[in-house]
Amino acid sequence: MKRRSFISKTAATSTLLGLGGISLGSCASSGKKHITILHTNDVHSHIDPFPSDHSRYANLGGLARRATLVQQIRTENPNTFLFDAGDIFQGTPYFNFYGGELEFKLMSMLKYDAATIGNHDFDNGIDGLFAQVPHARFDLVSANYDFSNTVMDGFVKPYNTYIADGIKIGLYGLGIALDGLVTKKLYKETKHENPYDVALDIERQLKEKEHCDIIICLSHLGYDYDNNPNRFDDVTLAAKTAHTNLIIGGHTHTFLDKPDVRTNKKGMPVLINQVGCYGLNLGRIDFYFDEGAAITADGISISV
Amino acid sequence: MNLKIKHFVLFITIGIIFSCRDTVTNPSEIVGEQLLVTPELEAVDSIEAFVKPYQNRINTVLDSTLAYVSKDLVKDDGSRNTSAGNFLADLVLEQANPIFKSRTNKDIDFVVLNHGGIRSIISKGNVNARTAYQIMPFENYIVVVEMDGKAVSDLLDFLAKSGKAHPIANMQLTLDASGNYVKTEINGQPFNETKTYYVASNDYLVQGGDDMGFFKNRNAVTNTDYMVRNAIIDYFKKVDTIITSVDDRFIQLN
Repeated sequence: MKRRSFISKTAATSTLLGLGGISLGSCASSGKKHITILHTNDVHSHIDPFPSDHSRYANLGGLARRATLVQQIRTENPNTFLFDAGDIFQGTPYFNFYGGELEFKLMSMLKYDAATIGNHDFDNGIDGLFAQVPHARFDLVSANYDFSNTVMDGFVKPYNTYIADGIKIGLYGLGIALDGLVTKKLYKETKHENPYDVALDIERQLKEKEHCDIIICLSHLGYDYDNNPNRFDDVTLAAKTAHTNLIIGGHTHTFLDKPDVRTNKKGMPVLINQVGCYGLNLGRIDFYFDEGAAITADGISISV
Repeated sequence: MNLKIKHFVLFITIGIIFSCRDTVTNPSEIVGEQLLVTPELEAVDSIEAFVKPYQNRINTVLDSTLAYVSKDLVKDDGSRNTSAGNFLADLVLEQANPIFKSRTNKDIDFVVLNHGGIRSIISKGNVNARTAYQIMPFENYIVVVEMDGKAVSDLLDFLAKSGKAHPIANMQLTLDASGNYVKTEINGQPFNETKTYYVASNDYLVQGGDDMGFFKNRNAVTNTDYMVRNAIIDYFKKVDTIITSVDDRFIQLN
């Protein structure tokens, strides 16, 4: 293995050029494959933009505008995927009146590819979630909820794989412990398994059996609980993984200024991104693959 | 929360990794960006048209003005009590007590809710049923818990140690600089560990929700069958102008 090092830089592109020998313009070169991942989390039934008199988010958000953004990016790069990291439900009267039907129908119209399940997606009970499944033309992925003794059995996959432009993407989901967060009568016999153990198992399958080129985790664990040993979080997960490239987070409504670059068990970078809540932001991560040509850089340059 | 437009480029170049499986390629560059959804983005018409009938129905039900709020009620304007928390806890006491009294012939002694349960701030201006949905989207009911003095003492300890301004009403609590109580008054009387107290909260918390630990040693629970959101709506209908501030119900001395 070649020597790898992290060089954290806030410097301009010229510095980058010096370090890596790769220009910004090279992104567009024809020999490269390009996969775009778009993502949301904790949208909480926010379909309309915030009203103009809202004291914090005036005029921001709105699903029909997000649709425009998604369409633009898909036109620019047809190899685009759209994911959600859970807590689709609960937060506006759309949910109280229609139980999540509209949220799932609209996500289907936006051609979401997959979502994981957040704690609030149990707010009308597991039966309430099940009732909306026919409206979802996207995958539900969760690897550490065991639904086998519930109505959701067979409707949620631990992971799924997607192929675009010859690049294979493995996607798995992780959910938060429900005990103490959701009333038992709502989640019923849903069993929660240790997300770290499950993640390591699934990512290995995705790499070794499924031969995925990109591995993405949709996590509703929460970003960072400051090493609290009783709570699972994305920061701890990132350090334990060996194959996951990107963790799309949720639950803590964390507005990250930029994706957080962490180091995995093998010393390789893994990105964590979470875009706040309520559909105010759309996260975008672009993966570029070089066809054949060796990259001269033997280090990892991070320019923020 | 920082909501300025975030636009950045993150570049990672990774040296070619020789994999034992040449079917797997590794990404050579990763670029990250966050796109704020702003009014400059045109809405997709077909989506708006699809939402319209749902929206019209909801608006008819929710949008008639019920009261006026004279200043923003927020969750972070005080360290131990906040304007939004005081608003909610006080109205729960006012709205639920007549129901509890009619069923048990007793009065609620105090109210305790959780800071995280207030799901939205209330912006200055007219408020309506929609505002109540924003504050309290959950289908939670007001319940009244009977607690002995020892259990209330534990609850007071929990509040003292909690870093959060959990909403309370009908209590006067003062902590010294090191976090010990120097004053604990409930319903105008000094806290008495031999007395039984009736504490209003919501069913989610009483069932142990959000790991609040308020009610570990509770006794009987009386249901009011009154949804917290409906209590807010009824309170809006009852008053013209809502004036609530941070006050001295729970403070810590320097």
